[in-house]
Amino acid sequence: MSETMGSRRQRYWDLRAAGNFIGGGSGTGLIIAAAVAAAYGNAFRETLMLGIALIAVGLALVWFEIGKPWRALHVFFHPRTSWMTREGIVAGVVIPLGVAAAMDASPTLAWLTAVFAGGFLYCQARILRAARAILAWRQEEIVALIIAAGLAEGAALALIVGPRGGIGLGLAVAAALAREIAWRRYRDGLARKRGAAASLAVFAAPPARRLGLLHRAGLGLIAAALIVPLSSPWFPDTADARVLLAIVGGASVVLAGFGVKVLLITRAAFTGAIVIPITPGTSASSLSPQDEGRFATKL
Amino acid sequence: MTRYVMVADLRRCVGCQTCTAACKEGNATPPGVQWRRVLDLESGTYPEVSRVFMPIGCQHCANPPCLEVCPSTATRQRDDGIITIDYDLCIGCSYCIMACPYDARALSDRPHYAFGDAPTEAEAAGAHAKMVGVASKCTFCAGRIDAGTARGLIPGQDPEATPLCVNACISGALSFGDIEDEHGRIVKLLAENRAFRLHENEGTEPGFYYIWDKGTL
Repeated sequence: MSETMGSRRQRYWDLRAAGNFIGGGSGTGLIIAAAVAAAYGNAFRETLMLGIALIAVGLALVWFEIGKPWRALHVFFHPRTSWMTREGIVAGVVIPLGVAAAMDASPTLAWLTAVFAGGFLYCQARILRAARAILAWRQEEIVALIIAAGLAEGAALALIVGPRGGIGLGLAVAAALAREIAWRRYRDGLARKRGAAASLAVFAAPPARRLGLLHRAGLGLIAAALIVPLSSPWFPDTADARVLLAIVGGASVVLAGFGVKVLLITRAAFTGAIVIPITPGTSASSLSPQDEGRFATKL
Repeated sequence: MTRYVMVADLRRCVGCQTCTAACKEGNATPPGVQWRRVLDLESGTYPEVSRVFMPIGCQHCANPPCLEVCPSTATRQRDDGIITIDYDLCIGCSYCIMACPYDARALSDRPHYAFGDAPTEAEAAGAHAKMVGVASKCTFCAGRIDAGTARGLIPGQDPEATPLCVNACISGALSFGDIEDEHGRIVKLLAENRAFRLHENEGTEPGFYYIWDKGTL
Protein backbone atom coordinates (compact mmCIF):
# COMPACT_ATOMS: atom_id res chain seq x y z
CA MET A 1 0.00 0.00 0.00
CA SER A 2 1.29 3.44 -0.79
CA GLU A 3 -0.12 6.90 -1.06
CA THR A 4 0.88 10.12 -2.67
CA MET A 5 0.23 13.36 -0.93
CA GLY A 6 -1.22 16.04 -3.11
CA SER A 7 -3.48 18.87 -2.17
CA ARG A 8 -6.78 17.57 -0.84
CA ARG A 9 -10.08 19.02 0.29
CA GLN A 10 -10.63 19.18 4.04
CA ARG A 11 -13.52 16.98 5.14
CA TYR A 12 -14.09 18.00 8.73
CA TRP A 13 -15.81 21.39 8.53
CA ASP A 14 -19.06 21.07 6.59
CA LEU A 15 -22.21 23.15 6.09
CA ARG A 16 -22.61 23.51 9.84
CA ALA A 17 -19.27 25.27 10.08
CA ALA A 18 -20.16 27.38 7.05
CA GLY A 19 -23.39 28.22 8.90
CA ASN A 20 -21.38 29.71 11.74
CA PHE A 21 -19.57 32.08 9.40
CA ILE A 22 -22.84 32.89 7.64
CA GLY A 23 -24.74 33.52 10.87
CA GLY A 24 -21.88 35.32 12.56
CA GLY A 25 -21.18 37.57 9.59
CA SER A 26 -24.72 38.51 8.65
CA GLY A 27 -25.70 38.74 12.33
CA THR A 28 -22.90 41.19 13.01
CA GLY A 29 -23.79 43.19 9.91
CA LEU A 30 -27.40 43.38 11.05
CA ILE A 31 -26.41 44.53 14.53
CA ILE A 32 -24.25 47.29 13.04
CA ALA A 33 -27.10 48.28 10.69
CA ALA A 34 -29.40 48.37 13.73
CA ALA A 35 -26.96 50.59 15.62
CA VAL A 36 -26.78 52.98 12.64
CA ALA A 37 -30.58 53.02 12.48
CA ALA A 38 -30.69 53.74 16.22
CA ALA A 39 -28.29 56.66 15.78
CA TYR A 40 -30.70 58.22 13.29
CA GLY A 41 -33.67 57.69 15.56
CA ASN A 42 -35.14 54.85 13.52
CA ALA A 43 -36.62 51.61 14.83
CA PHE A 44 -33.89 49.07 15.51
CA ARG A 45 -35.10 46.48 18.04
CA GLU A 46 -36.27 43.84 15.57
CA THR A 47 -33.17 44.18 13.41
CA LEU A 48 -30.94 43.93 16.46
CA MET A 49 -32.73 40.85 17.78
CA LEU A 50 -32.52 39.15 14.40
CA GLY A 51 -28.78 39.84 14.33
CA ILE A 52 -28.36 38.30 17.78
CA ALA A 53 -30.46 35.32 16.72
CA LEU A 54 -28.31 34.75 13.63
CA ILE A 55 -25.12 34.75 15.70
CA ALA A 56 -26.70 32.32 18.16
CA VAL A 57 -27.89 30.02 15.37
CA GLY A 58 -24.39 30.01 13.85
CA LEU A 59 -22.87 29.03 17.18
CA ALA A 60 -25.53 26.37 17.69
CA LEU A 61 -24.60 24.87 14.33
CA VAL A 62 -21.00 24.59 15.51
CA TRP A 63 -22.23 22.90 18.65
CA PHE A 64 -23.90 20.29 16.46
CA GLU A 65 -20.67 19.82 14.54
CA ILE A 66 -18.11 19.26 17.31
CA GLY A 67 -17.28 15.73 18.32
CA LYS A 68 -17.90 16.25 22.04
CA PRO A 69 -20.78 18.74 22.34
CA TRP A 70 -21.18 18.24 26.10
CA ARG A 71 -17.67 19.55 26.60
CA ALA A 72 -18.48 22.74 24.70
CA LEU A 73 -17.52 24.93 27.66
CA HIS A 74 -13.91 23.80 27.21
CA VAL A 75 -13.86 26.18 24.26
CA PHE A 76 -13.19 29.00 26.76
CA PHE A 77 -9.94 27.51 28.06
CA HIS A 78 -7.36 29.08 25.76
CA PRO A 79 -7.86 32.83 25.30
CA ARG A 80 -4.11 33.47 25.19
CA THR A 81 -3.70 32.32 21.59
CA SER A 82 -6.86 30.67 20.24
CA TRP A 83 -9.17 32.82 18.13
CA MET A 84 -11.89 30.23 18.63
CA THR A 85 -11.78 30.81 22.38
CA ARG A 86 -11.83 34.56 21.83
CA GLU A 87 -14.81 34.20 19.49
CA GLY A 88 -16.67 32.31 22.21
CA ILE A 89 -15.84 34.87 24.88
CA VAL A 90 -16.91 37.82 22.74
CA ALA A 91 -20.11 35.97 21.77
CA GLY A 92 -20.80 35.61 25.49
CA VAL A 93 -20.80 39.41 25.73
CA VAL A 94 -22.57 40.24 22.45
CA ILE A 95 -25.63 38.06 22.98
CA PRO A 96 -26.73 39.26 26.45
CA LEU A 97 -25.76 42.83 25.63
CA GLY A 98 -27.81 42.73 22.43
CA VAL A 99 -30.82 41.26 24.21
CA ALA A 100 -30.56 44.00 26.85
CA ALA A 101 -30.26 46.68 24.16
CA ALA A 102 -33.34 45.37 22.38
CA MET A 103 -35.38 45.06 25.58
CA ASP A 104 -34.47 48.55 26.78
CA ALA A 105 -34.61 50.01 23.24
CA SER A 106 -31.38 51.73 24.20
CA PRO A 107 -29.35 53.24 21.33
CA THR A 108 -26.29 53.42 23.59
CA LEU A 109 -26.47 49.72 24.38
CA ALA A 110 -27.13 49.03 20.70
CA TRP A 111 -23.88 50.80 19.80
CA LEU A 112 -22.01 48.95 22.51
CA THR A 113 -23.40 45.69 21.12
CA ALA A 114 -22.28 46.71 17.64
CA VAL A 115 -18.73 47.33 18.89
CA PHE A 116 -18.52 43.88 20.47
CA ALA A 117 -20.20 42.30 17.42
CA GLY A 118 -17.45 43.84 15.30
CA GLY A 119 -14.96 42.12 17.59
CA PHE A 120 -16.83 38.86 17.17
CA LEU A 121 -16.64 39.12 13.38
CA TYR A 122 -12.93 39.94 13.58
CA CYS A 123 -12.40 36.78 15.66
CA GLN A 124 -14.20 34.74 13.02
CA ALA A 125 -11.96 36.17 10.33
CA ARG A 126 -8.86 35.37 12.38
CA ILE A 127 -10.08 31.81 12.97
CA LEU A 128 -9.79 31.21 9.25
CA ARG A 129 -6.52 33.10 8.96
CA ALA A 130 -4.96 30.87 11.64
CA ALA A 131 -5.97 27.66 9.83
CA ARG A 132 -2.55 27.28 8.28
CA ALA A 133 -3.23 23.95 6.60
CA ILE A 134 -5.88 25.45 4.33
CA LEU A 135 -4.43 27.60 1.60
CA ALA A 136 -7.69 29.41 0.83
CA TRP A 137 -8.15 30.41 4.48
CA ARG A 138 -4.66 31.35 5.58
CA GLN A 139 -4.51 34.03 2.90
CA GLU A 140 -3.98 37.40 4.62
CA GLU A 141 -6.76 39.05 2.59
CA ILE A 142 -9.28 36.64 4.15
CA VAL A 143 -9.65 38.94 7.17
CA ALA A 144 -10.86 41.89 5.11
CA LEU A 145 -13.05 39.60 3.03
CA ILE A 146 -14.84 38.01 5.99
CA ILE A 147 -15.42 41.38 7.65
CA ALA A 148 -16.63 43.09 4.46
CA ALA A 149 -18.82 40.11 3.57
CA GLY A 150 -20.43 40.11 7.01
CA LEU A 151 -21.15 43.82 6.84
CA ALA A 152 -22.56 43.52 3.31
CA GLU A 153 -24.79 40.56 4.15
CA GLY A 154 -26.07 42.24 7.31
CA ALA A 155 -26.70 45.60 5.69
CA ALA A 156 -28.45 43.88 2.78
CA LEU A 157 -30.52 41.75 5.13
CA ALA A 158 -31.53 44.91 6.97
CA LEU A 159 -33.06 46.18 3.75
CA ILE A 160 -35.31 43.11 3.67
CA VAL A 161 -36.40 43.12 7.30
CA GLY A 162 -36.04 46.72 8.39
CA PRO A 163 -36.62 50.29 7.31
CA ARG A 164 -35.28 51.12 3.85
CA GLY A 165 -34.30 54.75 4.26
CA GLY A 166 -31.45 56.49 2.55
CA ILE A 167 -29.01 55.69 5.37
CA GLY A 168 -29.74 51.97 5.18
CA LEU A 169 -29.42 51.98 1.41
CA GLY A 170 -26.19 53.95 1.54
CA LEU A 171 -24.77 51.59 4.14
CA ALA A 172 -25.70 48.57 2.03
CA VAL A 173 -24.16 50.03 -1.12
CA ALA A 174 -20.93 50.92 0.69
CA ALA A 175 -20.70 47.50 2.36
CA ALA A 176 -21.50 45.57 -0.83
CA LEU A 177 -18.94 47.61 -2.73
CA ALA A 178 -16.34 46.97 -0.02
CA ARG A 179 -17.13 43.28 -0.16
CA GLU A 180 -16.68 43.25 -3.95
CA ILE A 181 -13.30 44.96 -3.62
CA ALA A 182 -12.25 42.62 -0.80
CA TRP A 183 -13.29 39.60 -2.84
CA ARG A 184 -11.20 40.71 -5.83
CA ARG A 185 -8.19 41.47 -3.65
CA TYR A 186 -8.56 38.10 -1.94
CA ARG A 187 -8.68 36.20 -5.23
CA ASP A 188 -5.76 38.17 -6.65
CA GLY A 189 -3.74 37.43 -3.53
CA LEU A 190 -4.60 33.74 -3.71
CA ALA A 191 -3.60 33.62 -7.36
CA ARG A 192 -0.12 34.81 -6.37
CA LYS A 193 0.27 31.90 -3.92
CA ARG A 194 1.87 28.66 -5.00
CA GLY A 195 -0.33 25.57 -4.79
CA ALA A 196 -3.70 27.34 -4.70
CA ALA A 197 -4.83 26.13 -8.12
CA ALA A 198 -7.55 23.85 -6.74
CA SER A 199 -9.13 26.65 -4.71
CA LEU A 200 -8.90 29.07 -7.61
CA ALA A 201 -10.57 26.50 -9.85
CA VAL A 202 -13.54 26.41 -7.43
CA PHE A 203 -13.77 30.21 -7.53
CA ALA A 204 -13.56 30.20 -11.33
CA ALA A 205 -16.23 27.51 -11.78
CA PRO A 206 -19.80 28.40 -12.88
CA PRO A 207 -21.39 28.33 -9.37
CA ALA A 208 -18.92 30.91 -8.05
CA ARG A 209 -19.20 33.00 -11.20
CA ARG A 210 -22.99 33.03 -10.89
CA LEU A 211 -22.71 34.08 -7.26
CA GLY A 212 -20.39 36.91 -8.31
CA LEU A 213 -22.91 38.01 -10.89
CA LEU A 214 -25.70 37.84 -8.31
CA HIS A 215 -23.72 40.01 -5.90
CA ARG A 216 -22.97 42.63 -8.53
CA ALA A 217 -26.60 42.62 -9.69
CA GLY A 218 -27.73 43.09 -6.10
CA LEU A 219 -25.27 45.92 -5.62
CA GLY A 220 -26.60 47.57 -8.76
CA LEU A 221 -30.21 47.23 -7.65
CA ILE A 222 -29.53 48.69 -4.21
CA ALA A 223 -27.59 51.55 -5.81
CA ALA A 224 -30.53 52.11 -8.15
CA ALA A 225 -32.88 52.19 -5.16
CA LEU A 226 -30.65 54.82 -3.61
CA ILE A 227 -30.78 57.12 -6.63
CA VAL A 228 -34.44 56.62 -7.60
CA PRO A 229 -36.09 59.97 -6.90
CA LEU A 230 -38.76 59.90 -4.26
CA SER A 231 -41.29 61.36 -6.68
CA SER A 232 -41.22 61.45 -10.44
CA PRO A 233 -43.75 62.73 -12.97
CA TRP A 234 -43.11 59.64 -15.09
CA PHE A 235 -43.28 57.06 -12.32
CA PRO A 236 -45.70 58.16 -9.63
CA ASP A 237 -45.12 55.03 -7.58
CA THR A 238 -41.40 55.45 -7.16
CA ALA A 239 -41.60 54.72 -3.45
CA ASP A 240 -42.87 51.23 -4.23
CA ALA A 241 -40.21 50.78 -6.88
CA ARG A 242 -37.59 51.81 -4.37
CA VAL A 243 -38.80 49.24 -1.88
CA LEU A 244 -38.84 46.55 -4.55
CA LEU A 245 -35.34 47.40 -5.74
CA ALA A 246 -34.04 47.42 -2.17
CA ILE A 247 -35.60 44.08 -1.28
CA VAL A 248 -34.57 42.27 -4.47
CA GLY A 249 -31.10 43.83 -4.37
CA GLY A 250 -30.70 43.01 -0.70
CA ALA A 251 -31.79 39.40 -1.21
CA SER A 252 -29.32 39.05 -4.08
CA VAL A 253 -26.41 40.29 -1.99
CA VAL A 254 -27.42 38.08 0.94
CA LEU A 255 -27.76 34.92 -1.17
CA ALA A 256 -24.53 35.59 -3.02
CA GLY A 257 -22.70 36.13 0.27
CA PHE A 258 -24.07 32.96 1.84
CA GLY A 259 -23.21 30.97 -1.27
CA VAL A 260 -19.62 32.21 -1.39
CA LYS A 261 -19.13 31.27 2.27
CA VAL A 262 -20.42 27.77 1.61
CA LEU A 263 -17.94 27.47 -1.26
CA LEU A 264 -15.11 28.94 0.80
CA ILE A 265 -15.59 26.62 3.77
CA THR A 266 -16.69 23.38 2.16
CA ARG A 267 -15.46 23.37 -1.44
CA ALA A 268 -12.40 25.58 -1.82
CA ALA A 269 -10.68 24.44 1.37
CA PHE A 270 -7.71 22.43 0.19
CA THR A 271 -4.62 21.47 2.14
CA GLY A 272 -1.17 22.16 0.76
CA ALA A 273 0.69 19.33 -0.89
CA ILE A 274 3.76 17.77 0.69
CA VAL A 275 6.63 18.90 -1.48
CA ILE A 276 10.19 17.67 -1.12
CA PRO A 277 12.22 20.85 -0.92
CA ILE A 278 15.16 19.47 -2.85
CA THR A 279 15.57 17.92 -6.25
CA PRO A 280 18.09 15.34 -7.40
CA GLY A 281 21.28 16.90 -8.56
CA THR A 282 21.04 19.92 -6.28
CA SER A 283 23.28 20.37 -3.33
CA ALA A 284 21.35 22.88 -1.30
CA SER A 285 20.14 21.88 2.12
CA SER A 286 16.87 23.30 3.42
CA LEU A 287 17.85 23.29 7.05
CA SER A 288 17.49 26.57 8.85
CA PRO A 289 20.67 28.66 9.10
CA GLN A 290 20.95 27.76 12.80
CA ASP A 291 20.78 24.04 12.12
CA GLU A 292 23.08 24.42 9.11
CA GLY A 293 25.73 25.74 11.45
CA ARG A 294 25.06 23.17 14.10
CA PHE A 295 25.02 20.12 11.88
CA ALA A 296 27.80 21.25 9.56
CA THR A 297 27.98 18.55 6.94
CA LYS A 298 31.12 16.53 6.65
CA LEU A 299 30.48 15.53 3.06
CA MET B 1 17.04 20.06 28.08
CA THR B 2 15.78 17.08 26.11
CA ARG B 3 14.10 17.37 22.74
CA TYR B 4 13.05 14.13 21.10
CA VAL B 5 13.09 14.08 17.32
CA MET B 6 12.79 11.52 14.57
CA VAL B 7 15.06 11.14 11.58
CA ALA B 8 14.05 9.34 8.38
CA ASP B 9 16.77 8.34 5.97
CA LEU B 10 15.12 8.63 2.57
CA ARG B 11 17.92 6.63 0.96
CA ARG B 12 17.03 3.67 3.12
CA CYS B 13 13.23 3.71 3.23
CA VAL B 14 11.77 1.09 0.88
CA GLY B 15 8.13 2.01 1.39
CA CYS B 16 7.18 -1.32 3.00
CA GLN B 17 4.77 0.38 5.44
CA THR B 18 5.86 -1.85 8.31
CA CYS B 19 6.09 1.27 10.45
CA THR B 20 2.49 2.10 9.51
CA ALA B 21 1.34 -1.37 10.51
CA ALA B 22 3.30 -1.33 13.77
CA CYS B 23 1.82 2.04 14.72
CA LYS B 24 -1.68 0.94 13.86
CA GLU B 25 -1.36 -2.28 15.81
CA GLY B 26 0.27 -0.70 18.84
CA ASN B 27 -1.95 2.35 19.10
CA ALA B 28 -5.17 0.73 17.88
CA THR B 29 -6.16 3.73 15.81
CA PRO B 30 -9.58 3.53 14.15
CA PRO B 31 -9.86 2.45 10.53
CA GLY B 32 -8.95 5.34 8.26
CA VAL B 33 -6.80 6.99 10.90
CA GLN B 34 -3.07 6.52 10.40
CA TRP B 35 -0.66 8.34 12.63
CA ARG B 36 2.37 7.05 10.71
CA ARG B 37 2.14 7.03 6.93
CA VAL B 38 4.64 6.50 4.17
CA LEU B 39 4.12 8.67 1.14
CA ASP B 40 5.09 7.54 -2.33
CA LEU B 41 6.41 10.67 -4.01
CA GLU B 42 8.29 11.77 -7.06
CA SER B 43 11.07 14.27 -6.72
CA GLY B 44 12.62 16.43 -9.41
CA THR B 45 11.59 17.06 -12.98
CA TYR B 46 12.03 14.82 -15.97
CA PRO B 47 14.53 13.38 -16.74
CA GLU B 48 16.10 14.06 -13.33
CA VAL B 49 13.52 12.31 -11.21
CA SER B 50 13.55 9.97 -8.26
CA ARG B 51 10.88 7.95 -6.52
CA VAL B 52 10.93 8.71 -2.84
CA PHE B 53 9.25 6.95 0.07
CA MET B 54 8.69 9.43 2.81
CA PRO B 55 7.49 8.49 6.31
CA ILE B 56 5.36 11.28 7.72
CA GLY B 57 3.20 11.99 10.75
CA CYS B 58 3.10 14.54 13.50
CA GLN B 59 6.31 16.56 13.26
CA HIS B 60 6.25 17.49 16.96
CA CYS B 61 7.05 21.07 16.04
CA ALA B 62 8.82 23.43 18.42
CA ASN B 63 6.28 26.09 17.34
CA PRO B 64 3.17 23.99 16.74
CA PRO B 65 0.28 25.76 14.97
CA CYS B 66 -2.11 23.14 16.38
CA LEU B 67 -1.31 24.18 19.95
CA GLU B 68 -1.87 27.85 19.16
CA VAL B 69 -5.38 27.35 17.78
CA CYS B 70 -6.65 24.67 20.18
CA PRO B 71 -9.46 26.34 22.17
CA SER B 72 -9.58 23.74 24.93
CA THR B 73 -5.85 23.43 25.76
CA ALA B 74 -6.16 19.72 24.97
CA THR B 75 -3.09 20.04 22.75
CA ARG B 76 0.01 20.51 24.84
CA GLN B 77 3.76 20.56 24.47
CA ARG B 78 5.82 18.56 26.91
CA ASP B 79 9.20 19.69 28.15
CA ASP B 80 10.81 17.06 25.92
CA GLY B 81 9.15 18.58 22.83
CA ILE B 82 6.48 15.93 22.34
CA ILE B 83 3.07 17.32 21.39
CA THR B 84 0.21 15.53 23.11
CA ILE B 85 -3.58 15.60 23.03
CA ASP B 86 -5.63 15.22 26.21
CA TYR B 87 -8.57 13.15 25.00
CA ASP B 88 -10.58 14.16 28.06
CA LEU B 89 -10.28 17.87 27.27
CA CYS B 90 -10.59 17.85 23.49
CA ILE B 91 -13.98 19.01 22.19
CA GLY B 92 -13.48 17.61 18.69
CA CYS B 93 -13.76 20.96 16.91
CA SER B 94 -11.15 19.88 14.30
CA TYR B 95 -9.54 23.30 14.38
CA CYS B 96 -6.12 21.75 15.01
CA ILE B 97 -6.60 19.62 11.90
CA MET B 98 -7.16 22.81 9.90
CA ALA B 99 -4.02 24.35 11.39
CA CYS B 100 -1.54 21.51 10.90
CA PRO B 101 0.48 22.07 7.70
CA TYR B 102 1.54 18.41 7.79
CA ASP B 103 -1.93 16.84 7.64
CA ALA B 104 -0.92 14.83 10.68
CA ARG B 105 -4.17 14.88 12.64
CA ALA B 106 -7.45 13.04 12.20
CA LEU B 107 -10.81 12.74 13.89
CA SER B 108 -13.03 9.70 13.95
CA ASP B 109 -16.54 10.77 14.88
CA ARG B 110 -18.04 7.41 15.81
CA PRO B 111 -16.88 4.05 17.23
CA HIS B 112 -15.28 2.30 14.35
CA TYR B 113 -13.46 -0.98 14.67
CA ALA B 114 -11.07 -2.77 12.36
CA PHE B 115 -13.11 -5.98 12.26
CA GLY B 116 -16.87 -5.81 12.64
CA ASP B 117 -18.87 -4.20 15.41
CA ALA B 118 -16.72 -5.27 18.35
CA PRO B 119 -13.25 -4.04 19.29
CA THR B 120 -10.25 -6.26 18.78
CA GLU B 121 -8.11 -7.14 21.76
CA ALA B 122 -5.69 -4.31 20.92
CA GLU B 123 -8.53 -1.85 20.45
CA ALA B 124 -10.10 -2.83 23.75
CA ALA B 125 -6.78 -2.52 25.58
CA GLY B 126 -5.73 0.83 24.10
CA ALA B 127 -7.18 4.31 24.09
CA HIS B 128 -9.42 3.45 21.14
CA ALA B 129 -12.68 4.33 22.92
CA LYS B 130 -11.30 7.65 24.10
CA MET B 131 -10.36 8.61 20.56
CA VAL B 132 -13.95 8.77 19.35
CA GLY B 133 -15.04 12.32 18.62
CA VAL B 134 -11.68 13.88 19.40
CA ALA B 135 -8.58 14.71 17.41
CA SER B 136 -5.73 12.23 17.48
CA LYS B 137 -2.22 12.00 16.10
CA CYS B 138 1.20 10.42 16.58
CA THR B 139 2.48 10.75 20.13
CA PHE B 140 6.02 9.51 19.44
CA CYS B 141 4.76 6.64 21.62
CA ALA B 142 5.07 8.92 24.65
CA GLY B 143 3.78 6.21 26.95
CA ARG B 144 6.62 3.88 25.94
CA ILE B 145 9.15 6.68 26.35
CA ASP B 146 7.87 7.54 29.82
CA ALA B 147 7.74 3.92 30.94
CA GLY B 148 11.19 3.27 29.50
CA THR B 149 12.92 6.33 30.93
CA ALA B 150 11.37 5.57 34.32
CA ARG B 151 13.31 2.30 34.17
CA GLY B 152 16.51 4.06 33.17
CA LEU B 153 16.26 3.10 29.49
CA ILE B 154 17.28 5.45 26.70
CA PRO B 155 14.73 6.29 23.96
CA GLY B 156 16.18 5.56 20.55
CA GLN B 157 18.67 3.08 21.94
CA ASP B 158 16.61 0.71 24.00
CA PRO B 159 13.67 -0.74 22.03
CA GLU B 160 11.37 -0.72 25.05
CA ALA B 161 11.71 3.05 25.30
CA THR B 162 11.55 3.69 21.55
CA PRO B 163 8.56 4.43 19.30
CA LEU B 164 7.03 1.35 17.68
CA CYS B 165 7.57 2.57 14.13
CA VAL B 166 11.30 2.94 14.71
CA ASN B 167 11.54 -0.53 16.23
CA ALA B 168 9.62 -2.02 13.32
CA CYS B 169 11.55 -0.37 10.49
CA ILE B 170 13.14 -3.17 8.47
CA SER B 171 15.75 -1.03 6.76
CA GLY B 172 16.93 1.13 9.61
CA ALA B 173 15.53 4.21 7.91
CA LEU B 174 13.91 5.56 11.06
CA SER B 175 15.91 6.80 14.01
CA PHE B 176 14.76 8.43 17.21
CA GLY B 177 16.46 10.23 20.03
CA ASP B 178 17.35 13.39 21.85
CA ILE B 179 18.69 16.08 19.54
CA GLU B 180 20.16 17.86 22.52
CA ASP B 181 22.39 14.91 23.34
CA GLU B 182 25.65 15.99 21.68
CA HIS B 183 27.01 12.46 21.75
CA GLY B 184 23.80 10.79 20.64
CA ARG B 185 22.98 9.05 17.38
CA ILE B 186 20.67 11.81 16.13
CA VAL B 187 23.30 14.54 16.27
CA LYS B 188 25.80 12.23 14.58
CA LEU B 189 23.37 11.35 11.81
CA LEU B 190 22.54 14.97 11.10
CA ALA B 191 26.17 16.01 11.23
CA GLU B 192 27.30 13.35 8.78
CA ASN B 193 24.48 13.73 6.27
CA ARG B 194 22.48 16.40 4.54
CA ALA B 195 18.97 16.83 5.87
CA PHE B 196 15.83 18.86 5.41
CA ARG B 197 12.60 19.40 7.24
CA LEU B 198 9.17 19.79 5.70
CA HIS B 199 7.69 23.26 5.19
CA GLU B 200 10.72 24.86 6.78
CA ASN B 201 9.41 28.27 5.70
CA GLU B 202 6.40 27.88 8.03
CA GLY B 203 8.57 28.56 11.04
CA THR B 204 7.16 25.56 12.87
CA GLU B 205 10.61 24.06 13.61
CA PRO B 206 9.56 20.44 13.06
CA GLY B 207 11.12 17.67 15.12
CA PHE B 208 11.28 15.37 12.10
CA TYR B 209 14.36 15.42 9.88
CA TYR B 210 14.78 13.80 6.49
CA ILE B 211 18.21 12.68 5.43
CA TRP B 212 19.37 12.68 1.86
CA ASP B 213 22.86 12.75 0.50
CA LYS B 214 25.08 14.30 -2.09
CA GLY B 215 22.21 15.69 -4.13
CA THR B 216 20.58 12.37 -4.84
CA LEU B 217 17.92 10.24 -3.24
